Amino acid sequence: MAELMYWQGILRAHDEEMARDPLVFAMGEDIGVAGGTYKATSGLFAKYGEQRVIDTPISENSYTGIGVGAAMLGARPIVEIMSVNFAWLAMDQLMNNAAKIHYMSGGRIRCPFVMRVPGGTAHQLGAQHSARMEKVFMGVSGLRVVTPATPRDAYGLLKSAVRSDDPVVIIEHESMYNLKGEVPDDEFFTPLEGVEIMRPGKDVSIFAYNISVHWALDAAKKLASEYGIDAEVIDLRALKPLDRAGIAASVRKTHHAIIVEEDEAPVGVGSEVMAIINEECFFDLDAAPVRVHALDIPIPYNHRLEKAAIPNAGDVIAAVRKMFGR
Amino acid sequence: MDATDQKRLLREMLFARRFEERCAEAYHERQIGGFLHLYPGEEACAIGVLEKAQTGSDYVVTGYRDHIHAIKSGMDPKALMAELFGKEAGCSKGRGGSMHLFDPDVHFMGGYALVGGPFPLAAGFAKAIQLRGGQEISICFLGDGANNQGTFHETMNMASLWKLPVLFICENNLYGIGTAIERSTVEINQYKRVAPYGIEAAQCDGQDIDIVMAHAEKAVNYVREQRKPYFLELMTYRLRGHSMSDSGAYRSKEEVEEWAQRDPIGIYKRRLVEAGVLTEDEFHAMDKAVQDEIENEVVRYAIECPEPRVEDVARYVYTEGGNNHG
Ligand SMILES: Cc1ncc(C[n+]2csc(CCOP(=O)(O)OP(=O)(O)O)c2C)c(N)n1
Ligand SMILES: [Mg+2]
Repeated sequence: MAELMYWQGILRAHDEEMARDPLVFAMGEDIGVAGGTYKATSGLFAKYGEQRVIDTPISENSYTGIGVGAAMLGARPIVEIMSVNFAWLAMDQLMNNAAKIHYMSGGRIRCPFVMRVPGGTAHQLGAQHSARMEKVFMGVSGLRVVTPATPRDAYGLLKSAVRSDDPVVIIEHESMYNLKGEVPDDEFFTPLEGVEIMRPGKDVSIFAYNISVHWALDAAKKLASEYGIDAEVIDLRALKPLDRAGIAASVRKTHHAIIVEEDEAPVGVGSEVMAIINEECFFDLDAAPVRVHALDIPIPYNHRLEKAAIPNAGDVIAAVRKMFGR
Repeated sequence: MDATDQKRLLREMLFARRFEERCAEAYHERQIGGFLHLYPGEEACAIGVLEKAQTGSDYVVTGYRDHIHAIKSGMDPKALMAELFGKEAGCSKGRGGSMHLFDPDVHFMGGYALVGGPFPLAAGFAKAIQLRGGQEISICFLGDGANNQGTFHETMNMASLWKLPVLFICENNLYGIGTAIERSTVEINQYKRVAPYGIEAAQCDGQDIDIVMAHAEKAVNYVREQRKPYFLELMTYRLRGHSMSDSGAYRSKEEVEEWAQRDPIGIYKRRLVEAGVLTEDEFHAMDKAVQDEIENEVVRYAIECPEPRVEDVARYVYTEGGNNHG
């Protein structure tokens, strides 16, 4: 088993899929000659040529639509949007076309389209480069939305997304491209549905995804060693469709739930998970579920303000301690 | 073109006219719901252009005024009318409606509601054709109003840059709903707007099907042989309102009357009668036969076939096995 960085996992998935199927192609701004803003497509241009590794003009909506059109004829585009903040410009093609064509055509046209977007707050990039948009994508019927937290899943989710006949949005994280982790040497596929238990525990379920999985894991360590609380960390991973059964199963075991997201709380992953807990296993709860989330503000530039806006492991610990009164 | 083909073309235009008029009736009887955009006055555009394409092989896409493009592409009018009636036997299984007709079997890739949305899809079809190394072309029909969308400019740039085999047909009917073209657009000659993108273009009369076919033949051949885009602007006029809810108060009676004199069916019929290909009596018999066919075969079928089962409401959101991998 090799240790790879997150970006290397993404690159490996591209490379394997492009080598396997000549109809898999990649497009996006600066992904070809320049190798990609986060190196996730580096070397592919030289290997597969400009017909399949396409440097696009800065026209998010239309190159997304070109990907969608190609997918409708059976090609398998992997479209990278440089930052999730720019994906707002591609929303028409993504929401009105990619997400709806299979349904609108009564199942007659498939749209095996993949969009990769780095999202999340990096360091002092300002409000227009720090937004998270998962709440927007996960609210749209017809899309699949997945969020890798590890190099293994950065690889495995892209592999599955390319093979899926549904449109899939993969939300990566700008601060995680250099994260290291073990990735099996043999080809494998991470499912596009279902949660993963990252750390089993019996006292409290901490639901997280993408970067917040790491905050939750850090918090769980400290909760165990310093407060004697055995936390279960669940990587939601697939935000659409959400795994209702997987969420409920963990709550039935621990009777306590905390949801941690980098996003601001209103209309988000936390509210959705909380609704599912209510609907599926309300009477299994021993305490009211709690959300840990960003402040409801545009992300500020100043490093202290930025830090104050985004949650961290300490906030998770504080929330759990409060819940248990310890 | 011999007399048989000339009569067939006239009949196709007549069928298109009577089909749309029958749709209007069914709409008033509330058998058809939603938005309904009809094509009378513009028949020579879709029928003339697609007469010169390889329908069934070339890919066709358009906006919401899509009935006649679908029929001329090879869609069974029964499946079309059944769709308008919301039936399971409809071309989109009753999930699409008038604006969302699909028939991938004959490469009719759809009707779309968002003005300008299909531009990138058409370029995407061409991209898939290019990747597969096929000889088909992609044909995109849209109105004059669509050319003020960003997707127009973005797609023209990329289609030309990447040498995509796509034929753009602009059906310039001088209005976008109730806004006259000179009130929305600086350069009212649409074909001139693609020159900066290095795309060959022409403008011609869209009411005389012989003229349309002459230009379309040249355009189709150009795209098929040169493997790059071409833009053809057809000057036309819709004789009815924009949709069923449009009173048409923004146009003078004189203007509508003037264009009614240039009705494409009238122009072609007179030509055939003068050339001795057809008599007035034969024309009336043809008209009667067309109306009987629409009533006895098409409408009857749409009335008799069943609605979708309510239990199937969530079918087609995802493909079956969309979470499959490996
Ligand atoms: C993005 C978007 N904006 C607005 C509308 C509402 N709308 C529907 S048709 C139309 C006019 C389009 O005119 P044109 O492209 O010339 O086509 P025509 O109907 O004349 O054939 C408008 C504004 C829409 N459907 N989509
Ligand atoms: Mg118009």
